[in-house]
Amino acid sequence: MFVEWVIFSNESRDVLIKAVKLTKKYDDFVAVDGIDFEIYSGECVGFLGPNGAGKTTTVRMMYCFLPPTSGDLIIAGLSVHDRCREIKQVVGVAPQEDNLDLDFSVVKNLVVYARYFDISKEEALKRANEQLDFFQLQEKRDMPIEALSTGMKRRLIFARALLHKPKVLLLDEPTTGLDPQARHLVWDAVRQLKKLHVTIILTTHYMDEAEILCDRIIIVDHGKIIEDGPPKELIKKHIGENVLELDYDSTLLPMLKQTFSDARIEVIGERMQVFTSKPYSVFDGFLHEHKIQNVTLRKANLEDVFLKLTGRALRTND
Amino acid sequence: MTEVNLRKSPAKFSIPKISSNVWKVWRRNADVFTKTIGVNFLPSMLEPIIYLFAFGFGLGGFIPEVNGLPYINFIAPALVAISVMNGAFFECTYGSFVRMYYQKTFDALVATPISIDEVVAGEILWGATRGAINSTIVLTVIGISGLLTANPIITTPLFILMPIIAFFSGLMLSSIAMCFTAISPNIDFFNYPIFLFITPMLFLSGTFFPMNTLPNPAQGLALTTLPLAQIVNLTRGALTGATETLLGLTTKTLIPISIIWITIITIIFFILSINLMKKRLIR
Ligand SMILES: Nc1ncnc2c1ncn2[C@@H]1O[C@H](COP(=O)(O)OP(=O)(O)OP(=O)(O)O)[C@@H](O)[C@H]1O
Ligand SMILES: [Mg+2]
Repeated sequence: MFVEWVIFSNESRDVLIKAVKLTKKYDDFVAVDGIDFEIYSGECVGFLGPNGAGKTTTVRMMYCFLPPTSGDLIIAGLSVHDRCREIKQVVGVAPQEDNLDLDFSVVKNLVVYARYFDISKEEALKRANEQLDFFQLQEKRDMPIEALSTGMKRRLIFARALLHKPKVLLLDEPTTGLDPQARHLVWDAVRQLKKLHVTIILTTHYMDEAEILCDRIIIVDHGKIIEDGPPKELIKKHIGENVLELDYDSTLLPMLKQTFSDARIEVIGERMQVFTSKPYSVFDGFLHEHKIQNVTLRKANLEDVFLKLTGRALRTND
Repeated sequence: MTEVNLRKSPAKFSIPKISSNVWKVWRRNADVFTKTIGVNFLPSMLEPIIYLFAFGFGLGGFIPEVNGLPYINFIAPALVAISVMNGAFFECTYGSFVRMYYQKTFDALVATPISIDEVVAGEILWGATRGAINSTIVLTVIGISGLLTANPIITTPLFILMPIIAFFSGLMLSSIAMCFTAISPNIDFFNYPIFLFITPMLFLSGTFFPMNTLPNPAQGLALTTLPLAQIVNLTRGALTGATETLLGLTTKTLIPISIIWITIITIIFFILSINLMKKRLIR
């Protein structure tokens, strides 16, 4: 699928996307609250945040679907306030909601979409075929969109975003509803695109995915950026190396606090979690001494960071 | 890096900015139309045939002449005008609403270099094209029926102007329709313009009975307010060589009046519809 792709230069670490006091209000509700960020050329940045945090709203401003209420957003040197046509020429979008063209078959969806970018018919067909091959949709090429499963639709939306070989790719929850095989396919596509120095903005609720794919994570909540950094650094900074999970036991809790004096200990329902960077031997000793069962010791991950920073409460529309 | 500006996006009334991208939107709809031509063609052909039979031959048997014409010759140009109106109006109400609201086609389009102005303009152009296609079908049916009954309804070569007349008349009706689409909360809303605007117009525009039988004030009102009345003037002029005589005005005056009327109304509603649509879609 990536034959003859333009390899975007990655020599200078240019700022390709820059948001300044970017704000979006829906009537009186502030969905994006004066955020600032910079994204470098060739970077893959994950926007994480609970439901309703403002991720989709931010992404939509990046392809001029929504005008900012105030502040500015500059993409490849062009402001979304007045240069939308040029911006959309270099940006590819796989939106969160499905907006495939129900009046056309799978392959026609791609060919017609390519036409919107002034791509010639033969070239469009060629690219469509490359994408269908890669995303394993060739079998469905002449099917109507209704005949696709949710996961197939998501793959087709991804494929469609690549037809004009964009410099910036916006992926809003590209793997939601995909089976493990299809998820790996999408990850593979993202990795290949990273090699070509395509700048990628990705939103996802799968923390493992963000950790694997993204060079940098921006965590948003209530329309504000609450953390920004490479996944490894965020884990180290907020959690430490390891996490010990064990059943709640009121007599054990004080002893845990004693042994892991510098650690953060959380009681979540029937389980306790200990976040610490202490070496494994310390854990071993403790577990042996107290004959503890039903225990897991694992590496700290991005999900721990996410839950720590955004809390455990479910989000309703507030 | 360009200079950062922190101003708010303006959301005021504006003259649409349009490029050749409108034809991409038009092409999309044309592609769908050609794919489903079987379903589209038959109804638009059957309807005028039924009207011709029911009114022309059936009712026409009881009505000797209208304004010096056989009844069927009187209604035939009106049937062409009605087909333009229906083609354009339904395309840009139900058709556009389904694409905008249910199918999210507009959302997909505006993620490409096509702007929202161009999406709406492309839809309107397509609506006008539907009007022109419909009128051509009806015209063909009328022509054939004229040959078969040895009563050539179409009596001037001006009929070749019909597609152009239909396209521009269609442009007016699609622009008006698009305004309704922009303000409709749901698809059932279209019952209002159809029952309050389209249906009355269908009968009061000099279509099935001559407008000059109406009292003078009513004639004046119809002539100044009804889009279909203007279209009927043009189709009647183009197919039979003369309009009705209304308020003492003859073909020579009525044709330019109708052309100017259609032009002005089209421009106003075209600009208005794009602005209303932007207001609806850009949050
Ligand atoms: N068109 C709209 N009108 C009014 N409010 C909206 C609109 N779109 C989004 N919102 C509100 O703005 C907030 C941010 O929504 P957004 O879709 O950006 O969240 P998100 O981070 O993408 O969430 P999710 O993870 O569920 O996709 C939410 O509270 C949402 O209810
Ligand atoms: Mg979202």
